[in-house]
Amino acid sequence: MDYVTEKNAVIEKNVKKSRLKFNMNKVTRYLIIVGLSAICVLPFLWMLSASLKAESEIFGFPIQWIPEVFYWSNYVEVWTRVPFHVFYLNSFKIALISTVLLLFTSSLGGYAFAKIKFPERDKIFFLYVATMMVPFQVMMIPQYMLMSKIGLVDSHWPIIIINSFSAFGVFLFRQFFVSIPDELLEAARIDGLSEFGIYFRIILPLSKPAIATLIIFQFMHAWNDFLAPLIYITSEELYTLTLGMQFFVYEFDTEYSLLMAAAVSAIIPTIIVYFLAQEQFIKGVSNTGVKG
Amino acid sequence: MDHTLKKTSKLTKRNRIIAYTFLLPNLLGFFVFIFFPVIASFFMSFTSWNGFGKIEFVGLENFIDLAQDKGFRISFVNTLLFTLISVPITLFLAIVVAVLLNKGVKFIKIFRTAVFLPYVTAPVAVAVVWQLIFNPSMGPINGFLSSVGIDNPPGWLSSPDWSLISVSIVFIWHNIGYYMIIYLAGLQNVPDSLYEAADIDGAGPIVKFFKITIPMLSPVIFFTSIIALIQSFKVFDFVYVLTEGGPGRSTNVLVYSIVNTAFERYEYGYASAMALILFLVILVISYIQFQGQKKWVNY
Repeated sequence: MDYVTEKNAVIEKNVKKSRLKFNMNKVTRYLIIVGLSAICVLPFLWMLSASLKAESEIFGFPIQWIPEVFYWSNYVEVWTRVPFHVFYLNSFKIALISTVLLLFTSSLGGYAFAKIKFPERDKIFFLYVATMMVPFQVMMIPQYMLMSKIGLVDSHWPIIIINSFSAFGVFLFRQFFVSIPDELLEAARIDGLSEFGIYFRIILPLSKPAIATLIIFQFMHAWNDFLAPLIYITSEELYTLTLGMQFFVYEFDTEYSLLMAAAVSAIIPTIIVYFLAQEQFIKGVSNTGVKG
Repeated sequence: MDHTLKKTSKLTKRNRIIAYTFLLPNLLGFFVFIFFPVIASFFMSFTSWNGFGKIEFVGLENFIDLAQDKGFRISFVNTLLFTLISVPITLFLAIVVAVLLNKGVKFIKIFRTAVFLPYVTAPVAVAVVWQLIFNPSMGPINGFLSSVGIDNPPGWLSSPDWSLISVSIVFIWHNIGYYMIIYLAGLQNVPDSLYEAADIDGAGPIVKFFKITIPMLSPVIFFTSIIALIQSFKVFDFVYVLTEGGPGRSTNVLVYSIVNTAFERYEYGYASAMALILFLVILVISYIQFQGQKKWVNY
């Protein structure tokens, strides 16, 4: 009895102490959070502000966040002095076609691995998983030779092709399909639905989260990709947005406000998509935890 | 008996046909454009091919040359240093942010959005911005440093001593959000009762962080450390835009060397050997991590 009251007293003291500390902790906590978020966001604000300034106003400290006069003309100049809209369209084309193809090929493949029993299934799936470990940089040289043998170098096709067959897509769909109960498929088979009908009418409609994850990651990956376009594309009219950015750095070496306007133009689509599909982004990262 | 056997084999045959019909589009592309290049890359690293003429096998010559190649050694050491700087800091900051943004904070969504934002943007585009931010004479960072009385602020990207650190800073900034999301998911599995018990024992936030959060997250930390490691070994975009491997060779990393050797100098065989080493190093480190996890990961 004595022991219990003594212990209760200690607990009460500790709780009180932690309440006193609580406010202090809360303040430091907010300070750290605000500080770290600011570090993450300030470069974007600085870029936005610089993109609307006159050349002479960009630098200088303290930073003048809101420009004296808004130079919207920087954007006009960026979009007229180089074919920026062409770069946009090229990136969009590559991202769109490769995403659709990947979605198609990998959902079909994932279905075979998840829902059909055939003797070589596990061995082939193992090959897929094993190549997921291999970095792109290891296969890029033979891939390049292959593409140049087929005569596809300096076109968008090599980039579209290598993005359309990733093992990651098959893996993602296979994992998702496995969680769909087989009884559902059996019932559909008894009702006389063909295997493709099951895939198309039953499995796909149930797989919207997996589809959304793949669309977002593949689209973003293709849009932001730099190495593959750098290797495969030489003609200016075929440049993607990221190559166009690099081209800009050479062209407008010291015209910093134009550079910033170009950078803002390049990242705005992904930021918009992110804000629209934020939940999917976050679910996608936490569900799969792979791909980068 | 015979009948059922026949039936199963018929079923197997039927399943096989269906399965391969489904697999065909992907399997074809996978074998031609992914699996074959992986195998080919392995063989090419034992040749001296430069894209023209006959392919000549040179045995281990490429690897012997690599061992004596000073440029390769520098890029290898740079990649290791880059990994040593960026991986622990990224993961540590990501865990801290995840813990702080787990719950009980106002505007939690806005803060999470802010931290994740860099990750969705194109490395090439944001690298251009960081180049100006790091500008030694006019950039806002050194502007700030001299305004608080630091007379000799670092030269960042243009100083050989600071360039690798500067690239790491940008890399860390870009990736924290990604790992934060994974840790936030991991934190959902840490029971509140553990923290409540610690409160009763009078543990402060730092003790709770190191004695509860870190051990409870250890499987996730293990998993993310492998991903982060692979990512940092493959760093390229940021280096290409921020420094082009310079000044001197101070930021010349492995992938930068590989791309240069293959697509500027057309030494395909030699570049393949470098790529093979990159892959082996990733494998070895993942393996060591995997062995080591038994000691520190709690499942």
